[in-house]
Amino acid sequence: MTVRRAFVFVLFAVWVALLATTPFSGDNYTVRIAIQIAMYSALALSWNMIGGFTGYPSFATAAFFGLGCYIGALSQIAGAPTVVAWIVATAGVALFAAALGLIILRLKGHYFAIGSIAIVEVLRLVISSWSGLTGGGDGLNVPFLRGGPEFVSQLVLGVMLLIMVIAFAVTVWVDRGRLGFGLKCINQNEDAADMVGIDVTRYKIAAFVLSAFLCGTVGAVYASWVGYIDPTDSFSIVFTVKVAVMTILGGAGTVLGPVVGAAVFVVLEEYFWANFLAWNRAILGAIIVFLIFFLPGGILRLDYRHLWSQAKARHGRIGMAGGE
Amino acid sequence: MSTVLEVSDLSKSFGGIRAVNGVSFSLDEGEIVGLIGPNGAGKTTLVNLITGVHRVSSGRIVFQGEDVTRQRPFQAARRGLARTFQIVQPFPAMSVVENVGAGALFGGSATSKREAMALAREELAFVGLDALADAPAASLTLPNRKRLELAKSLAMRPKVLLLDEVNAGLNTAEIDNALALIRAIAARGVTIVIIEHLMKVVLSITSRILVLHHGELIAEGEPHAVVADEKVIEAYLGAKFAARYRAEAQNG
Amino acid sequence: MDVGQILANGIVLGALYACIAVGFSLVWGVLNVINMLHGSFIILGGYLTYFAWAYSGINPVVFLPVVALILYGLGFAVQYLFINKVVSAPVLTTLTLTFGLDMILYNVMTVVFTATPRRITLDLGSVDFFGVILPVDRVVGMALALILTGLLYAVMRTSKIGRAIVAVRMDRQAAELMGIRVNRIYAITFGIGALMAGAAGAVFAMVFPVTTNLTGAFLGKAFVICVIGGLGSVPGALVGGLALGIIESFSGYVLGPQHAITVGFVLMLILLVVRPTGLVGVKGYE
Repeated sequence: MTVRRAFVFVLFAVWVALLATTPFSGDNYTVRIAIQIAMYSALALSWNMIGGFTGYPSFATAAFFGLGCYIGALSQIAGAPTVVAWIVATAGVALFAAALGLIILRLKGHYFAIGSIAIVEVLRLVISSWSGLTGGGDGLNVPFLRGGPEFVSQLVLGVMLLIMVIAFAVTVWVDRGRLGFGLKCINQNEDAADMVGIDVTRYKIAAFVLSAFLCGTVGAVYASWVGYIDPTDSFSIVFTVKVAVMTILGGAGTVLGPVVGAAVFVVLEEYFWANFLAWNRAILGAIIVFLIFFLPGGILRLDYRHLWSQAKARHGRIGMAGGE
Repeated sequence: MSTVLEVSDLSKSFGGIRAVNGVSFSLDEGEIVGLIGPNGAGKTTLVNLITGVHRVSSGRIVFQGEDVTRQRPFQAARRGLARTFQIVQPFPAMSVVENVGAGALFGGSATSKREAMALAREELAFVGLDALADAPAASLTLPNRKRLELAKSLAMRPKVLLLDEVNAGLNTAEIDNALALIRAIAARGVTIVIIEHLMKVVLSITSRILVLHHGELIAEGEPHAVVADEKVIEAYLGAKFAARYRAEAQNG
Repeated sequence: MDVGQILANGIVLGALYACIAVGFSLVWGVLNVINMLHGSFIILGGYLTYFAWAYSGINPVVFLPVVALILYGLGFAVQYLFINKVVSAPVLTTLTLTFGLDMILYNVMTVVFTATPRRITLDLGSVDFFGVILPVDRVVGMALALILTGLLYAVMRTSKIGRAIVAVRMDRQAAELMGIRVNRIYAITFGIGALMAGAAGAVFAMVFPVTTNLTGAFLGKAFVICVIGGLGSVPGALVGGLALGIIESFSGYVLGPQHAITVGFVLMLILLVVRPTGLVGVKGYE
């Protein structure tokens, strides 16, 4: 067990180090992909708290991310230093998630899913129509980070990696501790969890806030990076589903799964985006369909030994058939 | 002996139906009390009220001197008011020891997962399930699931344990084992309320019986006396058959 | 604008909404699946009708049954080939699967039809009814929507298939024991859901422009209507649709059209928490 845990840490550390060295080894394009991988890893790790550990089908990721974008951008426009704006966004989103969780975590199953999707829509609509503050549908220009483009992308990469490491640390802490154990109980049988003394409401809200606050940070940093945000891109259902799919792809409820899923997904998406622009969305959809039928537990939950023995058996059978 | 749980004038309505109506009783420390009554009498509802699953409509519940009328189930569990379910409620994908460990960690005194698992193994040994500690909970047979429920409840170190039909679906030999186990639990100083349909069980193990009918407490007292009570016989058999039963009893 | 006019606009819109949502509600109620494809089914129905009309010049109402049947076939196939395999999986799985399928359908539609808004123009003029002015095409659209919804209601109440669907919704196991082939009923139900979506799209294309950019909006409407009206019944969808139409009409007038949709969503969120069974919903169905 401890050997396996150490192995997970080493693997993660090597991966982060590899991403961190892209500015020295690769071109701008590679750095941009590294940033995206770090960013989506942080988001997927966050989603894993509520969707993986707790088993609540949340689609609120885009709400937290988008809110982070706007809080960060507006704080900066109001004159806050960049880092302060990022922290304000994090805290703001955490508070929002706590208040929201108090209300919508009473819902279960489909109703929770729809409720969380509706939150994304409502925020998008409110921000679109509140043009006095948010620029409405025209979007908002965010003050650029100072320094040359290369410095900026290195800085953003560093910050995103830091957020990813924090998200991973939080995941490990939750997974090993009392909170994670309680969340797994809630996932399997919420009534029984209540009966053994778990304060189900508080645990769920804790998971929801943990699934949200770093999305806020990521949003704010993203806004500073790209320099322009608008409601449609910030609050997108596709985005929200993408994060959930990444986690499922890697293995929901595992520690390393979201990281693996995010990396695989971003690379695949980049590849298809570059080569099949017109069919990009359909290919993404096909990946999702494939995933659900052939990898329902995620990459990390695959029983490789079983697959190997199956493959060998099949190979043997073909050999025999050939002999006959 | 001191009173550990006191229920006064407890009522619960669902829509227009009074499932529990003005029930009062108290439990002394360390006793085993039977709660009987025909199907639909409100026994499970009463347990649900005491453990906070349902909101009380009116009345008061005092547990160890503390008013717990408005408590939620997790609070009941932490205070030492544990229960088992008629239909067992495991965490199916977890191992047996993790199931029990959850009780020790969240409802009991364990301060760490490691300590909880150690406590869990003790309780599993107590109920005779230690050999299956690492099996998935979903793989257990029915009698073993009932043992798991007991171990999970015991891991919460309860003062009062409410057993909702722990013997339902068990055969005679399994029931004898369960009874021995319940006696052993009582010997640890746990007050036990046992909901039961089998009179043999009730009479052999309890020191006192409460009879519920149409949500009301119609009799209370020493087991054999209560079972001979007219009202109780009528409640179970209906007026007509009760009369015939009396006639037959008189004729020998 | 006077209250009568606003109300009339709301009712016309509401009838169309009911027709949009009724198939979605059926699928959710019977299969326990949130069908993220629903918005695209509606648009597909709209496009097919538009192009049939544009190339032939024949009255589009003629094409409505054909389009509806095509969509039925598509829906049946999607359910039979894909969703049936995971129909009892948790929400996350079924919702993500239909979302993935929707991405494929959406992409195909944008490539084949492009996202240009298309509208069937019938130029039927308008009627003045006690000072309330309504374009005739909208009145026709409303009538068609109500007829379609009524037809579905009749089918569900009286036909053998309809009763089987209701039986499966109430108790899958019991229905299975009664000799109902549940997987087939699921596929038929999903087919009917798609059929209603396609028909609604055909009607919509006669009244408003349709474009792939609207798929999300239609899906959102279906969510809101289901939650407002209650799940899985035709009357629920009708009440929800009319309620949403009237609410949007009034709030659009009072707060401005850009806020009308927000009001619907906020109302839905409130209802979700306060009364998840909807206005005419039945308790006990998750």
